[in-house]
Amino acid sequence: MKAIVSVIGRDTVGILSKVSGECAKHNANIIDVSQSVMKDMFTMIMMIDISELTSDFSLLSEGLSKLGNEIGMKIHVMHEDIFNSMHRI
Amino acid sequence: MINTTDIIETINMIDNENLDVRTITMGISLLNCADSNIDASCTKVYDKITKSAERLVEVGEKIEQTYGIPIINKRVSVTPISMLTAVSGGDPVKYALTLERAACELGVNFIGGYSALVQKGFSAGDRELIESIPEALARTEHVCSSVNIGSTKAGINMDAVGLMGRAVKRAAELTSDNNCIGAAKLVVFCNAPEDNPFMAGAFHGVGEPDTVINVGVSGPGVVRAAVSKCPDGDLTEIADIIKKTAFKITRMGQLVGTAASAELGVPFGIVDLSLAPTPAVGDSVAHILEAMGLDMCGTHGTTAALALLNDAVKKGGVMASSHVGGLSGAFIPVSEDAGMIDAARCGTLTLEKLEAMTAVCSVGLDMIIIPGDTTPETISAIIADEAAIGMVNSKTTAVRVIPAIGRAAGEELNFGGLLGCGPIMKVHEGNGSAKFVTRGGRIPAPMQSLKN
Repeated sequence: MKAIVSVIGRDTVGILSKVSGECAKHNANIIDVSQSVMKDMFTMIMMIDISELTSDFSLLSEGLSKLGNEIGMKIHVMHEDIFNSMHRI
Repeated sequence: MINTTDIIETINMIDNENLDVRTITMGISLLNCADSNIDASCTKVYDKITKSAERLVEVGEKIEQTYGIPIINKRVSVTPISMLTAVSGGDPVKYALTLERAACELGVNFIGGYSALVQKGFSAGDRELIESIPEALARTEHVCSSVNIGSTKAGINMDAVGLMGRAVKRAAELTSDNNCIGAAKLVVFCNAPEDNPFMAGAFHGVGEPDTVINVGVSGPGVVRAAVSKCPDGDLTEIADIIKKTAFKITRMGQLVGTAASAELGVPFGIVDLSLAPTPAVGDSVAHILEAMGLDMCGTHGTTAALALLNDAVKKGGVMASSHVGGLSGAFIPVSEDAGMIDAARCGTLTLEKLEAMTAVCSVGLDMIIIPGDTTPETISAIIADEAAIGMVNSKTTAVRVIPAIGRAAGEELNFGGLLGCGPIMKVHEGNGSAKFVTRGGRIPAPMQSLKN
């Protein structure tokens, strides 16, 4: 099972490290990362494997959104199926 | 990896354009709860509902978290209660109180099915149930009621229309200290669907499986945003944009429905392709019509714009879902739609225009506040007009009007929450339709019913 973590906000130092640290805490394996910075706006999309999570998915989700609040970024984590079903026929 | 633009689009729809799943509704058959002793029957009803839907709210919340999609309501619909009163006799309000107790135990937002189907006539239990509706709605908070008084196949039961005019008025009177909320939980249908997940009209039809999961999507804000991005396109382009957007919204509903069905071990029924507005700014069907180029909903051109919208939503949605059903179309509940509230306040949107609009979209005269001194006969006549549109056009129509007891045109009612607020709209004064309505009998089924 895979999920997509999206991180959107103003670019600062250490975003990738903090987000991947939170993922590691729950044993979510990062499979792919893409990021872009346009006019100071930072967008990072991360695909993670959630099949070996050591905690409940809801705890990972809460942990990431709390981290987002701390560093002033908007962080979402959503099951990949939502994107596959909405954007692929 | 999934395209970044698609990911950002989905997140933007949820965060900024009010995309959500309006409801997961579990339909539960109560046919095997019927007992000739009403108290035994109520016990079986309570046990079956609370056992079948035990995990509904929990599963709904889990899906919200996993997919990151808000699911606004979790609801239950049941077999029309008149079928149980037919067997048990006794005071039907006992069933309403049982449903209320079950809803509170489960933590669901609404429970629908305090209903009767009388399009061709009354059978045992029907009249008693209809007469008990005002009291049942006044004594409960979560119970919703609906009555089907007509169909393309059967015609319109004008005796039932007469009863319902009185029931609507009485439901408002009994709850006059609480914004006449009773009438907001009561829908009068023509061609009622048996798998509708939306309240107040949801009930579990007799042709349905024992339990089933139906999903109602939302998303007027997403459609409006998509239409706004094309200020100069012609209407063919607008229709295409709406179709594509409806496809995405419906796919999300389909995903949520199948996930809930798998998790609960209950068969998946249908996705209802309705565009359901909320009073929140940016979640209005009227604003979609305005984004198409009308300066205000209700002005000339509104019916055409709504017809385009309704058709495009269905065309986009139908391919996105394995089974489509329920009401499926754009809703136009006045008090639940910020744009409609504004249009009604300034007088551009009138009852007559709304009636015309209902000929080309889902449902009917919905959440319309009328003066408190409107007579039951006038309400019956409004119901008859709307039922005629449904009967002749082989579509579902409904009436949910709220007589604002003790108030007159120009004043407002505020229900709060999803039900919203709105001004009292004008109806013709006096009792000019009384003679026609009180004739009773049945309006024969139209030629359209002879399709075999």
